[in-house]
Amino acid sequence: MTELRVMRETLPPPPEERRHLISVRDLGRDDVERLLATAASFERSLEREVKKLPTLRGRTVVNVFYESSTRTSSSFELAAKRLSADTMSIKAAGSAVDKGESLKDTALTLSAYDPDVIVIRHPQIGAPHLVARVTQARIVNAGDGKHQHPTQALLDLYTMQRATGRLEGLHVAIVGDVLHSRVARSLIQALELVGARTTLVGPPALLPRGMEAMGCELRTDVEAVADADVVYVLRMQRERMQAGANYVPSLREYTARWGITPERVRPGQLVMHPGPMNRGVEIDGRVADAAESLILEQVRSGLVVRMAVLYDLLTTGPAPVPAAAAMEEVA
Amino acid sequence: MLHAKSKRRENVVVRGARVLDPAAGVDEVMDVRVDCGVIAQLGTGLDTNEHHVVEAEGLVLAPAFVDPHVHLRAPGREDEETIASGTAAAAAGGYCAILAMPNTEPVVDSAAVLGSLVDAARAEAEVPAGFLASITKAQEGEELAELGELADAGAVGFSDDGRPVTSAGLMRRALQYASVTGRRLALHCEEQTLSRSGQMHEGAVSAELGFAGYPSVAESLMVERDLALAAYEGQPLHLLHLSAAESVAALRAARDAGVEATAEVTPHHLCLTDEAVRSLDPNVKMNPPLRSAADRAALLDALRDGTIGAIATDHAPHAREEKEVPFEAAPFGVTGLETAFAALYTHLVEPGLLPLETLLERLSAGPARAYGLEPPRIRVGAAANLVLLDLGATWRVEESGFRSRSANSWLLGETLTGAVRLTVADGRLAYAA
Repeated sequence: MTELRVMRETLPPPPEERRHLISVRDLGRDDVERLLATAASFERSLEREVKKLPTLRGRTVVNVFYESSTRTSSSFELAAKRLSADTMSIKAAGSAVDKGESLKDTALTLSAYDPDVIVIRHPQIGAPHLVARVTQARIVNAGDGKHQHPTQALLDLYTMQRATGRLEGLHVAIVGDVLHSRVARSLIQALELVGARTTLVGPPALLPRGMEAMGCELRTDVEAVADADVVYVLRMQRERMQAGANYVPSLREYTARWGITPERVRPGQLVMHPGPMNRGVEIDGRVADAAESLILEQVRSGLVVRMAVLYDLLTTGPAPVPAAAAMEEVA
Repeated sequence: MLHAKSKRRENVVVRGARVLDPAAGVDEVMDVRVDCGVIAQLGTGLDTNEHHVVEAEGLVLAPAFVDPHVHLRAPGREDEETIASGTAAAAAGGYCAILAMPNTEPVVDSAAVLGSLVDAARAEAEVPAGFLASITKAQEGEELAELGELADAGAVGFSDDGRPVTSAGLMRRALQYASVTGRRLALHCEEQTLSRSGQMHEGAVSAELGFAGYPSVAESLMVERDLALAAYEGQPLHLLHLSAAESVAALRAARDAGVEATAEVTPHHLCLTDEAVRSLDPNVKMNPPLRSAADRAALLDALRDGTIGAIATDHAPHAREEKEVPFEAAPFGVTGLETAFAALYTHLVEPGLLPLETLLERLSAGPARAYGLEPPRIRVGAAANLVLLDLGATWRVEESGFRSRSANSWLLGETLTGAVRLTVADGRLAYAA
C-alpha cells in the first residue's frame, strides 16, 4: 500500500498525448526519466510474492513478430501479463503471412479486435509506421530492420543507471557492427538524450558515414574503449558476413582486432551486450561471465522497462480505470 | 517521331493573357489567335473570327511543356498506367509532348514492340508521345539492340533507363553506333557495385535511419565514365535525372571542354532533400535518391545557368499495393506529370529561388532540344503548343484528382500554387480545367 502511494505521488505527470513508441526520437528527456522511474517502481512491485498488477486489466496487447526473437517477445508478453492485459503473440511463421498476406492486411485484421497496443518486430525499416498509419492502436516498435529498437535502448539506460547511479556524463563505447545495428542507433540517441557520451568503435566499413552527426565519436582502434565507463558490445551478425560482402576480411580477423577480451577491458569497466552473443567472436566468454558483465541484468531490466512502456502508453489517453487507483485496489 | 490520336485542330482565341515565351523574348499582355491548330495572329483586340474565345485576363500563356522522361508502363503494367491515362495526366500537367522510357514488359528493344506502341499512341494518346528504345537487348547490358532498325521504326532516342550500361566497352560501342542512327543515348548513370541494396542517399540521414546507402559517388563515377567515353568518341549524350553535385561538376567540366552533353533533373530532386526520407513515406523513395541540401543547391545552380537544360518528371507510376508497404520493401519511383509545374512554382519560383522564365524554358524548349525536337514556340506560323497557367490559384494534391492510374505522389496532401487551366498540344485541345 505504502509502496503504491509513493509511486503515484513521485511519478511525474504523464504527457498529454503520446500514442506510439516507434523511435527514441519520439521521446524527450523527461519521457525517458519518467519511464525509467516507472520501471523502478515496477521492479519494487515485482519483489512481492504476487507479482501481477491489475493496472491494464481489460486492455489488449498484441505482439506481432516477423523475426525470430527470444528475449524481446517473451519479455513483452510477460510484461503485458504482469499488468493483467489480455495478450496474444503472433509469429510470422505459421500465420497468414506465410500465405502471402501483406503487412497492411495483417495489421487491419488484428485491428478488428481493437487492440490497445500492437508490439511489432519486422525485418523492414518503416513497418511500424505503416501499422501506425492503418490502425488505431498505439504502436511499440520491437525492432524494425536496422532502424530502431527503442525499448532495448531504454532497458540499457535503466541497466546503466542501476549499475553506475548516473547517466549524465557517462561514457559508453559501442563496439562492433554499428552499420547493421538498430540497437546501436537507438542507444546512441538515448544516450545523447540523457547527456551521456558515446564513442563508436569498429572496422571502417561497419561505422556508417554520417554517423558522427548523431553526436558520437567514431574510432577504428579498439584501444578507444579504454576510456569508457561501459563497453557495449554489439553482436557480429554472421549472416551479414557472407562471402563477397567484405566488410572485414574474415570473422577471425574481426575477433583478433575488435573482439572484447579480458586484456581489452580494465578492471571495473562494465560490459554490456544486447544478445544473443557469439562467444569467441565479438566477446570473449570470460568477459561475458565476469562480475563486471551486466548482460543478465539487461535481460531482467527488459521486463520492467517494457511494463513501464506499456503502462505509460496506456495511461496517458482516456483510461477507463485510473491506473494508480487500480493499483491501490489490489493493495 | 511523336504520335497522338487524331482530333480536330482547334480554332481558338486566347484573350488578354500575359504571353510569356522566354526563348523567343516575348512577355506582353495580348491575344493569341489559333486557326486550325496553327498560331495565326498575336496582338491586342484581335478579331475572334467566330472562334471559341478563352478569356485569360490575369493568366499566363506559355509554350506548353515537354516531358522527356515518362514511364507509361505499357506494355505490361497497364494496371499502373496506359498510354491513354499517362497522356491524359500529361495534358492536365500542361504538357504538349512526352517521351516514354523503354523499360516495359517486354522491353522496347525491337521494331515490333515499338510499332505496337506507335499504333497504340495513334489510337489513344491525348498528347503526342514519343518512345525511346533500349540500348541493349532486354536492357540486359550484354548485346546492342538493333538501333538502326529501331530508329527507322521511330525511336526518339535510346536508353536502358532504370539500369546502367555496366560495361564500358559496350557503352563505347553504343556511342559509336548511335551516331549512324542520328539519335541520342540517354543514360542512367549508376555504378551498381556501390549502390546495390541502397535505399537512400548515403549520409547522416541514412546513417541514423539505418538504411543501406546509395552514395553520390555511385552516380558521379558513372557520369564521369560516360562523359569520358563521349569525349573520346566525339558523340553527344543525354544524362538522365542527375542528383549529385559531383555529377553536375563533371557535366559542367565536360561541356566546357566541348562535349555535347545535355542533362535533366526532376522536380523532386529540385524540391526535396534526403531529410524528407525521415517520414519513411514510400512516396519519397526514388532512384536516384533524394540527396543532401548541397546537392539540391548544385542542381538548382546548374538549372539556372543552363548546364542542366531540362526538367524531367521521371513519372513512375506504381500500383497502390506496391507502395503500401514498409519503405524498405517499396519500389523506387514517384509520379509527377500532374504536379510538376505547381510543385516547382510553389517550391522554387514563389520563394525566389528560380525565375518563372527559366522554369518555363526548362520545362519546354530545354527538353525538346535535348532530343532534337522542335521546341514549342509562341510565334505566328508555329503549331499551337500552349499552356494557360493561373499563378494565383491554389489547390490541394489529392489522390482522387489524378488522371494517372497511380497516385504515388510525394505531394499528396500538400497545397500548391499555380494551376494549369488549358493545354493545347499540336493544335488540338488536350485539357481544359
